[in-house]
Amino acid sequence: MNRWLVPGLILLLLALSGTSLLAGTIWLSPGRTLAALLDPSPDLAQLVIVEVRLPRLVLALLVGGILGLSGAVLQGLLRNPLAEPGLLGVSSGASLGAVIAIYYGFAATFALATPLFGLAGALVTIGVALLLSRSGGTLSLILAGVAVSTIASAGVTLALNLAPNPFAAYEIMTWLMGSLSDRSWDHVLLAGPFILVGAAMLLCTGRGLDAHALGERQAESLGVDLSGVRLLALFGTALGVGAATAVTGAIGFVGLIAPHLVRGFVGHRPGGTLIPATLAGAAIILAADIATRVLRFGPDIKLGVFVSVIGAPFFLWLVLHVRRTVA
Amino acid sequence: MTMVSVEDVTVRRGRRTVLDAASVQFGAGRLAVVIGPNGAGKSTLLDVAAGLLPPGTGRVLLDGQSLSSLSRRELAKRRAYLPQSPQVDWAISVERVVALGLTAHLPAFGGLPATWRERIDLALDRFDLVDLRDRPATQLSGGELARVMLARATVGDPALLIVDEPTAGLDPRHALDAARRLRTLADGGCAVIVALHDLDLAARIADDVVAMKNGRIEAHGLAETVLTDPILSDLYDIEARVSRTADGATIRFHA
Repeated sequence: MNRWLVPGLILLLLALSGTSLLAGTIWLSPGRTLAALLDPSPDLAQLVIVEVRLPRLVLALLVGGILGLSGAVLQGLLRNPLAEPGLLGVSSGASLGAVIAIYYGFAATFALATPLFGLAGALVTIGVALLLSRSGGTLSLILAGVAVSTIASAGVTLALNLAPNPFAAYEIMTWLMGSLSDRSWDHVLLAGPFILVGAAMLLCTGRGLDAHALGERQAESLGVDLSGVRLLALFGTALGVGAATAVTGAIGFVGLIAPHLVRGFVGHRPGGTLIPATLAGAAIILAADIATRVLRFGPDIKLGVFVSVIGAPFFLWLVLHVRRTVA
Repeated sequence: MTMVSVEDVTVRRGRRTVLDAASVQFGAGRLAVVIGPNGAGKSTLLDVAAGLLPPGTGRVLLDGQSLSSLSRRELAKRRAYLPQSPQVDWAISVERVVALGLTAHLPAFGGLPATWRERIDLALDRFDLVDLRDRPATQLSGGELARVMLARATVGDPALLIVDEPTAGLDPRHALDAARRLRTLADGGCAVIVALHDLDLAARIADDVVAMKNGRIEAHGLAETVLTDPILSDLYDIEARVSRTADGATIRFHA
C-alpha cells in the first residue's frame, strides 16, 4: 500500500475545503473567512460562511465520503468492478420516497419531509432486495437489487407523468438532479448521524472483503461470517447512502469511480480501498460542488448533473479498460 | 490417532439425499483420497468434513470436539479448505493472496503483525513463489495459481487440509507437482483429504482411499485394498483393471 495515498488525499480535502469556504458568487478573502469563523458577531460574511457555506461543506464531505465508501464495499461484496450503491436500489428508493413527499405536498408543509421520506424509501427498497435474495448468493442479490431499483424508478416516472401541475413536475426534476445548494444545518443534522452510523458499519467489513476476493467458499473457510458482512454492507449502505440521497438528491457515478481511482495504489485489496475511496469520494463531490459555483454558463448546473457529465465518460473508459484487462 | 471423524452423517438437498449415513475417519499425517463418479457426493463429504456444510443428521468431530461447537475462527485456524478451481477476483499480489490464509489469526483492524511475515516468506519459499511474490494473482498460469492457493491454504500451518480437485485443469507435470506437494504436507504431519478424479495420481500419493457412489461410501481403507478391480468396476459401472508396477499402479478402463 502506498503510504502517501491517505495523507495526500487528506491534504487535497483540506485544500478543497478551504476553497469551498472562499468560493461562490461572492468571493471572500481568507482573512475575512477566518475572522467570520472565529468571531461570533453576526455580519453578512459571517452569515454566508457559517449558515450557508459551512453546512454545505460538511454535507459535501459526508455525502461524497459515504458514496465512495459504499461503492468500495459493494464492489468488494459483489466481486464486481461495476457495482455502485445505485445497483441495489438504494438511490432509486430514496428518490421515490422523496418524490412521494414532493408529489403529495408534504414537502410544502414541512421542510424536512423530503429527506425523511427519502430515507424511508431507501430502507424499504434495500429491505425488499434483501428479503428477495435471502436464500441465494451474490448474483441473486444483484438481480433483486436491479428489480427493486427498476420498480422504484418506474414509480418516479409515474409520479412525473401524473404530476398535477408543471410546478410539481419541475420540483421533482430539480430534486432528482441532485444538489447541495440551499442546504442548511438542519439537513446536516438529519443526515449526519445516519451517514456516520452507516459508515461505521461499512468500515467493519474490510477484513471480510479481503478474504471474499478468493470467492465465497474460501472466505467462509477462512472464518469470515459472510452473511454478517453482507448485512453490514447492505444496511450500512441503506442508512448512509439512503440518508445522503435523501438530503442531496441522486448523485451517481461517485460510488463507481472513487474506488477505481484508488484501487491501484492499495494493491487492489478490496478492504484496503475503503478509507482511500471515502476520501476520494468526498474530494470528488467537494470539487464538483465548487465547480458548479465557480463555472457559470447561464442557469446553474446541478451537482448531480455535473458529476454525471464528468462521470459517464469515465464509466465508458472503465468498461473498455475492464474488458481489455479481462480478455 | 484419529483426527477427523465423520459419524453417520446424512445430508439432504431438497428431497435428494446427497450424503447417506456416511461414516469415515481421517488420521493425522495421512493423505486420504476421495474417489467416485461425478455426483457421487465427494464435494459434499469434503464440505461436511470442513465444517462448511452442517450435517443434517450425525456429527463431525475434530480431535474429539464437535465441529458445531467450534467458532468459525477457531475452526479456520485449524483446518484449511481449497474449493475446486479457486479464483482471485482482483489483481492482488501473490504475497497478499498468501497472507489472506492468515485471516483468522489477524485482529479485526490494522495491518499484518510482523511475526506473521516470516510465515508468509516461508510459505512462498516452500511453494517456489518467491520470484512471483509481487505478481498480480490474476496474471498467473494455472500451475502457478495452484501453487499460490496451496501456499495460501497452508501458510497458517493447519492440522487438517481439505482440497477439492486440486489437479483440475492442470497439465500432467503440474498435476504431479501439486500432488507431490500434498504428499509432502501429509508426511509433515498434516491430515490431508483430497477429492481426485485421476486414479493413477490417487494410487501414487494416497495412504487411504474413500470410494463413493450415489452419496454412499462404498469402500474405505488402505489404498491398495480399495483400488482393486472389483471395487473400481462396481464404482464406475465400467470394467476396470489395476496393474501394479514398481513405481505405482495404473488403472485402465474397458468399455
